[in-house]
Amino acid sequence: MDRKEWPLWEVFIRSRNGLDHKHCGSVHAADPSMALKNARDVFTRRMEGVSVWVVRADDIVASDPDAKPEMFDPAEDKIYRHPTFYTLPDEVNHM
Amino acid sequence: MYTQAMDVPSGDRDETPVRSDAEYEAEFEAKLARGDFIEPKDWMPERYRKTLIRQISQHAHSEIVGMLPEGGWITRAPTLERKCILLAKVQDEAGHGMYLYSAAETLGVSRDGLIEALHSGKAKYSSIFNYPTKTWADIGVVGWLVDGAAIMNQIPLTRCSYGPYARAMIRVCKEESFHQRQGYDLLLTLMKGSEDQRAMVQDAVNRWWWPSLMMFGPHDSESTNSGDSMKWGIKRISNDELRQKFVDATVPQAQLLGVSLPDPDLKVDSATGHWTVGPIDWSEFWNVVNGKGECNEERLADRVKAWEDGAWVREAALAHAQKKRHRDCVAA
Repeated sequence: MDRKEWPLWEVFIRSRNGLDHKHCGSVHAADPSMALKNARDVFTRRMEGVSVWVVRADDIVASDPDAKPEMFDPAEDKIYRHPTFYTLPDEVNHM
Repeated sequence: MYTQAMDVPSGDRDETPVRSDAEYEAEFEAKLARGDFIEPKDWMPERYRKTLIRQISQHAHSEIVGMLPEGGWITRAPTLERKCILLAKVQDEAGHGMYLYSAAETLGVSRDGLIEALHSGKAKYSSIFNYPTKTWADIGVVGWLVDGAAIMNQIPLTRCSYGPYARAMIRVCKEESFHQRQGYDLLLTLMKGSEDQRAMVQDAVNRWWWPSLMMFGPHDSESTNSGDSMKWGIKRISNDELRQKFVDATVPQAQLLGVSLPDPDLKVDSATGHWTVGPIDWSEFWNVVNGKGECNEERLADRVKAWEDGAWVREAALAHAQKKRHRDCVAA
């Protein structure tokens, strides 16, 4: 990576209170406060947010798409975790 | 958007069963067939990756160079309101460039590398921006026709198979509608003005109509990049189909505005109900693509100058950030 390039930051925006922050893209910036300002300018020109998080892209650890089966399959055969697994008498079927 | 910078833990890779390229390719094709999105770290054929890098970066460059023909009119806008509107539009274009550059970066290229390719002339941008904006009416016509054509091209890209590109395009399309509407509104105002102002609108329409039609690219029979892009779900609708949609939408708007379109062959096809246009002069298109448009040199020179003039700011900001980190370390 060219050291002259400003580092990359991932941007997360809460569109309104009551909702989670959601990933919406990335910006380059030299430091944290510039990253916040750039994120505001690039992603909230039309009141799309009430709160912004920026995280250095280097600091994010991601799961490997190639390891998807090992990572997520164990949940697939545990259907008893879902309420629909249980057939109950009609009298209580709205439980 | 995730990038090459975002690494998976290295230990995990060794435990992953090795799959052959053919297996990966089959899985990729199956995903496309199901209408699934491809995401940054997923396996993809090298030519899919290269095609996307080329297309997304050219798209980003077009947004950035696209600020230039309009930027010069910000200080000459006739009212404060029009000036605010034009500023907001140009700022949107910068934003669109940023969304698209970061989408391209998820494919493993650096932002600086992409910008270098633009400045060296290796990467292209939309030829439409190599035409001059001679009068204030051009600003209206660029919004109405050029952004109108861009919207037609961009809407199908919101369903493109590459997730980060599709998501960037959803944002772009939401904002682009304002660009077209403000242009048409500007022209409606001019048409209510003096005879000279109406003539100015007609003159701008005469100059921008054909270049706008060329924005959809060569006829389907001549288009070299379309086959793979269609197969991969990057392109969903052909050049000629999109051009036809644009013509059908635009002719009634021209009539309402009270301007004529500079095409003696323009007529309704009674069998299909579509408006048909006369022959497009593709020699002009290729001339501009190959660098001989009225503004090719000026546009690129302006971009390079802006980049070089800003170099000290980029370096100073990095130096400041380093110094601050160092001081924080010492203080802790």
